[in-house]
Amino acid sequence: MTSETTRGPQEFEKVLADSATEVAQFELEDNNLLRRLHHFLHANPTAVPVIVLIISILMFGAIANNFFTAFNMTLIIQQVTIIGILGVAQTLIILTAGIDLSVAAVMMLSAVLMGNLAVNMGVPTVLAIPFGVLVGAACGGANGLLVTRFRLPPFIVTLGTWKIFFALNLYFSGGQSIRSQDIDQAAPALKLFGDSFQLLGAQFTTGSLLMLLLFPLFYYILNWTPWGRHVYAVGDDIDAARLSGIRTRRVLLSVYALAGALCALAGWVSIGRVGSVSPQSFFEGNLDAITAVVIGGTSLFGGRGSIFGTLVGALIVGVFRSGLNLSGVDVLWQQFAVGALIILAVAIDQWIRKVSS
Amino acid sequence: MISRKFLVSAAAGVVSLAVLGPTTALADSVIAGLITKTNTNPFFVKMREGALEKAKQLGVELRTYAGKYDGDNEAQVEAIESLIAAGAKGILITPSDSAAIVPTIEKARAAGILVIALDTKLEPANAADATFATDNFKAGELIGQWAAGKLGAKAKDARIAMLDLNAKEVSVDVARDQGFLTGFGIDVKDPKDIGDEDDPRIVGNDATDGAEEGGRRAMENLLQRDPNVNVVYTINEPAAAGAYEALKAFGKQDGVLIVSIDGGCPGVKNVRDGIIGATSMQFPLLMASLGIEAVAEYAKTGKKPAPTPGLDFYNTGVELVTDEPVDGIPSISSAEGLKKCWG
Amino acid sequence: MTDMQPVMSARGLVKRYGRVTAMDQADFEIYPGEVLAVIGDNGAGKSTLVKSLCGAVVPDHGVIELDGKPIHFTSPMQARDAGIETVYQNLALSPALSIADNMFLGREIYAPGILGRVFKKLDKKAMHKQARERLVELGLLTIQNIGQLVETLSGGQRQGVAVARAAAFAKKFVIMDEPTAALGVKESRRVLDLIKDVRARGLPIVLISHNMPHVFEVADRIHIHRLGRRAAVIDPEKYSMSDAVAIMTGAMEPPAELCPPKVTAH
Repeated sequence: MTSETTRGPQEFEKVLADSATEVAQFELEDNNLLRRLHHFLHANPTAVPVIVLIISILMFGAIANNFFTAFNMTLIIQQVTIIGILGVAQTLIILTAGIDLSVAAVMMLSAVLMGNLAVNMGVPTVLAIPFGVLVGAACGGANGLLVTRFRLPPFIVTLGTWKIFFALNLYFSGGQSIRSQDIDQAAPALKLFGDSFQLLGAQFTTGSLLMLLLFPLFYYILNWTPWGRHVYAVGDDIDAARLSGIRTRRVLLSVYALAGALCALAGWVSIGRVGSVSPQSFFEGNLDAITAVVIGGTSLFGGRGSIFGTLVGALIVGVFRSGLNLSGVDVLWQQFAVGALIILAVAIDQWIRKVSS
Repeated sequence: MISRKFLVSAAAGVVSLAVLGPTTALADSVIAGLITKTNTNPFFVKMREGALEKAKQLGVELRTYAGKYDGDNEAQVEAIESLIAAGAKGILITPSDSAAIVPTIEKARAAGILVIALDTKLEPANAADATFATDNFKAGELIGQWAAGKLGAKAKDARIAMLDLNAKEVSVDVARDQGFLTGFGIDVKDPKDIGDEDDPRIVGNDATDGAEEGGRRAMENLLQRDPNVNVVYTINEPAAAGAYEALKAFGKQDGVLIVSIDGGCPGVKNVRDGIIGATSMQFPLLMASLGIEAVAEYAKTGKKPAPTPGLDFYNTGVELVTDEPVDGIPSISSAEGLKKCWG
Repeated sequence: MTDMQPVMSARGLVKRYGRVTAMDQADFEIYPGEVLAVIGDNGAGKSTLVKSLCGAVVPDHGVIELDGKPIHFTSPMQARDAGIETVYQNLALSPALSIADNMFLGREIYAPGILGRVFKKLDKKAMHKQARERLVELGLLTIQNIGQLVETLSGGQRQGVAVARAAAFAKKFVIMDEPTAALGVKESRRVLDLIKDVRARGLPIVLISHNMPHVFEVADRIHIHRLGRRAAVIDPEKYSMSDAVAIMTGAMEPPAELCPPKVTAH
């Protein structure tokens, strides 16, 4: 056999001996301020929403009466409580590169079932409430099954299940609210999360406290447990996740089911917040939840974002609504402002995602 | 060989049978259609009840249709088209989109069908042969007068919170809002616009989306503007219930008058329980049954219904429900109201 | 030379997809301490073969043995649990996660005690430390930024992370699928050196590649696959690149004997 074999570096590679030898360099080569800002935001996507929140609080504090009081601040927290809890559910799903248009419908269906069972059918609250949560988890699980087993896009699936759950809601409730007084008589535990208490001179409700506590809890779960890391991995690159040994279907299914249970929890809390079981309330809750998540800096493409961003996003919307109202501005400007915030948030997310390399 | 002539006349015979056949069958009973926005809102459920009952009484064949959601125009378009094809004589409709449905309505009227708008006018109103609706302005006026009467001398220092529907300012919203203010004695400036008033007694306006949650949030926001609100106008009873919760949370539920409009049974119960001071009751059942009567009349004599004198629609009436009547303003008690309420 | 037992062997593998036969009585062996390159033209069936070894494909017929014992993988995870690691062509790295996260994805280290057992808390410090060690071992890390997101790395750097991960966890052998296909000259050189380093640490490597110069540089033996079966195993020191290509395409008759395993220190 002729010997054309070469067992060492090729001729053209000899020149490499003269070139730089580091291949795996991890240095920061940016001195440009914009680049540095880009890197910072890349590592801390929640920074932008936090800055926006602080600026907006200061701004409204300056122009609106009674805005910047401890009372109003805690009031805003109460006003965003339900959307905040729905936002946690929505964040989990969006992190997996999915989206859930049915969160509010699941919430209200669970609330309607809990309420009707406990108030109109005399079922003990201690059974009615867990049943409602189970229904919520089942609804979420149904979404998850359609997404994982039948490979249907989450947007389409939840667009359909939104209508279905809403129809079930109206069916079980007859379109009627269950009055606050009737609830007080038959099943006061349903309004548990409406109880308020004083803390440091400001008024909180148990519901808003629950919402606030959900965030550090899920921060822990998402960042300090394997399941949480898998949620990010599945959203970031599902094939890479699968090849790394993650059971992606199971992760997705568990995310959707957990989200459903959280929506049911939000339903329970909503009874305390609203005072009655009101089937028509929170009709746009799903979009409001998505708004909070997006403004909070979580990417709709999955794999990126902090759960705290959702809290900040929900607060930003609450601050704008309250601030604009106290400034005496027409209601339609609240919608305008929220729309502008969403676009701003998505634009910034896109800029951050552009990796400079 | 079969001649062409024979084939043609045979075909003509078959065709005329096909056309005349069903027509002769139609001559038997009058067909009417009821198309509501949805069939889940208790308001429309009551309407349907009223229509079915009256139709049975008069021997009218009633077909009912509904959209899937408030705003579902397509379903209503399809319903009208089905009714035209079925040879209906009259259509009662609560339009989901008052302007978009008009072309289809015109098709129906061109086919000789009587079209009556229920509860909500079409745009333009004369696109329908008639409108049977609540006088929403009067409904607001009644509760405005009641509130002013209840406060008496203190009415000139009232602090009023206005809880409206949403940013769209639809006719129902505007009519009730401006009616209330007029009844209370406040200059409304442009009666087609919400929020342009400058009377210092008005604390502000906010949107509720007509549900409890919005009612609560709106009330909270307006209380932030002025904690001394003592009169709350609400677009409907669910919003009023939400507003009450907010007041309760602030500890202010006792000194504040809440007024509302609708006359649903939960709302009337709230009047009984002292949550709502007074509410103006609507009569969806009457709207529907009067509508069926009009269709039967039209089918028999061709006469079309006339509007209430002075208005461009037929007023199906509104009654004030309160347990604290004010002199000079006729009202019924909540107990009586519970017998007439809907939902 | 003593008769060495192959780490993994396969005999008579058959796989059909409908009317297409991807593997037609394919055989395979990999011996300890060697770099075995698997080459073949497109459609020769080499990727199906390799996928059968790592559990991504289940053959219809045939026997696969690991350390002399028959095994039957039905999923890539089983192969992984058995000690076979794969560096995929698309690397299977999650761009939005950090280097340390990626290293331990699917095999996370729990914190000690109750925190780990009940609350499932991750031991991030341990994972960062071990990740850094692995990268340093292979000469890949100069700065301490283990928390850096993978998407900020270049192609060669990512390849390094993927190889380090495979080398860290493999107990039997490592499969590398076209590791230099997407890389430039400098980075390919580095990866080839990496391959040699991994071999030096005692792990055999199955290397799939289209790049003849690279193959001939690092491989101890070259398995040539053609028409769904093994055509030959040649010694790169005795045959030329054109010979290999000729056997691959059928232009040259393959030698009757397979190149025996080499028990040499490198």
